[in-house]
Amino acid sequence: MGIFQKRPFGHGSSKKKKDMPEGLWQKCPECGDVTHNLELTQNQRVCPNCDYHFTQAARERIEDFVDPGTFEELDADMLSVDTLKFKGLVTYTDTLKKHQKKTGLKEAVICGTGLLSGRKISLAAMDFHFLAASMGSVVGEKITRTIERGTAERTPVILFAASGGARMYEGMLSLMQMAKTSGALALHAQAGLPYIVVLTNSTMAGVMASFASLGDLIVSEPKCTIGFAGARVIRETTHQELPAGFQTAEFLEEHGLVDMIVHRKKMRATLAEALNYLSPKSA
Amino acid sequence: MKVQPLEFEKPIVELEEKLEDLKKHSRIHDIDFDAEVRRMEAKIEQTRRDIYMNLTAWQRVQIARHVARPFALDYFMRSFTDFMEIHGDRLFGDDKAMPAGFAMAGGHRCAVIGHQKGRDTKENLMRNFGSAHPEGYRKALRLMRLAEKFKLPVVALIDTPGAYPGVGAEERHISEAIAVNIREMMVLRTPVVAVVIGEGGSGGALGIGVADRVLMFENSYYSVISPEGCAAILWKHRNQAAAAAEALKLTAHDLEKLKLVDEVLPEPLGGAHQDPQRAMADLQKAVVKHLKELSAVPIDKLLADRYQKYRRVGEYIEAAK
Ligand SMILES: [Zn+2]
Repeated sequence: MGIFQKRPFGHGSSKKKKDMPEGLWQKCPECGDVTHNLELTQNQRVCPNCDYHFTQAARERIEDFVDPGTFEELDADMLSVDTLKFKGLVTYTDTLKKHQKKTGLKEAVICGTGLLSGRKISLAAMDFHFLAASMGSVVGEKITRTIERGTAERTPVILFAASGGARMYEGMLSLMQMAKTSGALALHAQAGLPYIVVLTNSTMAGVMASFASLGDLIVSEPKCTIGFAGARVIRETTHQELPAGFQTAEFLEEHGLVDMIVHRKKMRATLAEALNYLSPKSA
Repeated sequence: MKVQPLEFEKPIVELEEKLEDLKKHSRIHDIDFDAEVRRMEAKIEQTRRDIYMNLTAWQRVQIARHVARPFALDYFMRSFTDFMEIHGDRLFGDDKAMPAGFAMAGGHRCAVIGHQKGRDTKENLMRNFGSAHPEGYRKALRLMRLAEKFKLPVVALIDTPGAYPGVGAEERHISEAIAVNIREMMVLRTPVVAVVIGEGGSGGALGIGVADRVLMFENSYYSVISPEGCAAILWKHRNQAAAAAEALKLTAHDLEKLKLVDEVLPEPLGGAHQDPQRAMADLQKAVVKHLKELSAVPIDKLLADRYQKYRRVGEYIEAAK
């Protein structure tokens, strides 16, 4: 905080809220300020008043991150399959359709290549709007390919993580994606190549217990929720008081997991600088 | 040990009680009920078959959780010989939910790891109900490194409801501990055999479960989430766990069909706890068979095969390019 000049107190106050058309305005959960969606998007979905980082769509995130016009999306058409014919209250197929319609995405991760300050990178960004960016076969496969492309083309891998965890509708196929992605990272690491993961709100469970914890650097956006088990589950299991700030990025920096917390607007510059240190000398 | 019946086993128990009454009656009044006894015994046998040959996923979950089922240390001490336990992760502590050490099986020197549950309150306090903390996973990794260094195959016995969801576990990064184990096991330069002996609870199971061969006992289960947890989220109520267990396809036979399990080890009728000796002998045989096969594979091929085994997992469709 304090990196950017703060707006005068009361900016975008909520007094006109009743007249506002649905969906055009966003209320900040941190400071309560209301900002026009367009302004918020132009501001990388960071609250102009208090720097709160709203959940950012994967496509916007990538566009803001790579050198303009350099992103080439890959594996864009991959679609999930209801292998288990999951018998729940709603079908997996209907759930997927609902989220595809809501987000305009085919699945919960966007992958491809691009340039970061002129350096080629293989990158993936998960989108929390799509079924809480849960990891099923498609997410696992696309991320694995992203890592394998990095290994084959000898480029760094940068991954923006967000996830509620595994995709229950795919059962054990989902759990095994943890091994698939982590295995690909092992080979990428053996090739001496850098992998940076950026944790965003929220990154939990099976994703946190696989590729999201394996970065050469683990970077986080401010105030994200990061963890293995959900706070509710922990409270119910242990009947313990949870410490202040438990499972936040700041808590995890303090406890030695997160290397640095970086403001969204500084992410590009920071990671480009990090890669200057982490890239193999010959590259 | 007197085995506590599960809810769905009640019809068998009731019949067995009737049979006992009949025999007692026969003794006291000195009446010959032999024909009746034989008829009753046949009925009991038939009922047992009807129940145990048609187990639902949820019933198997209950058998997998049975307190009288053989646990990891039972196998370490009886399926293997010369078990020698080692302690501690050299970082924080020793996790008693995850015993680890060395043991012999069919002439193979092995590194053995497993989740360990308790049979009573005191034991469960010590074993934390088989839910390991980061220290458990890091001790397991330390042992795996030793195995790699001294060319010992690794045998991992999986039996956990899940890694522990607690404040300390989060503060010491349970996610990272599991993630690192998974990554390192994908490239560990020694054969690995994993056997799900009871509960295969999600990431906590996979944290010692990446292997060249994954075996499951017939009534064990392996799942991305507990049936209760899944029910709470997708059915809005934990009491729908039976439906969730069915939907998740978590039984050994389901997972064999999905090609996620290499071999299903049959159990005695009613579950491993009905005849622990047999279960322990069967595990020994299966482990030795797989270790023999794996030790004949050149290490680079073993690793390439292991990578592909996991690389292949997942179903999706791709539009034609
Ligand atoms: Zn704000």
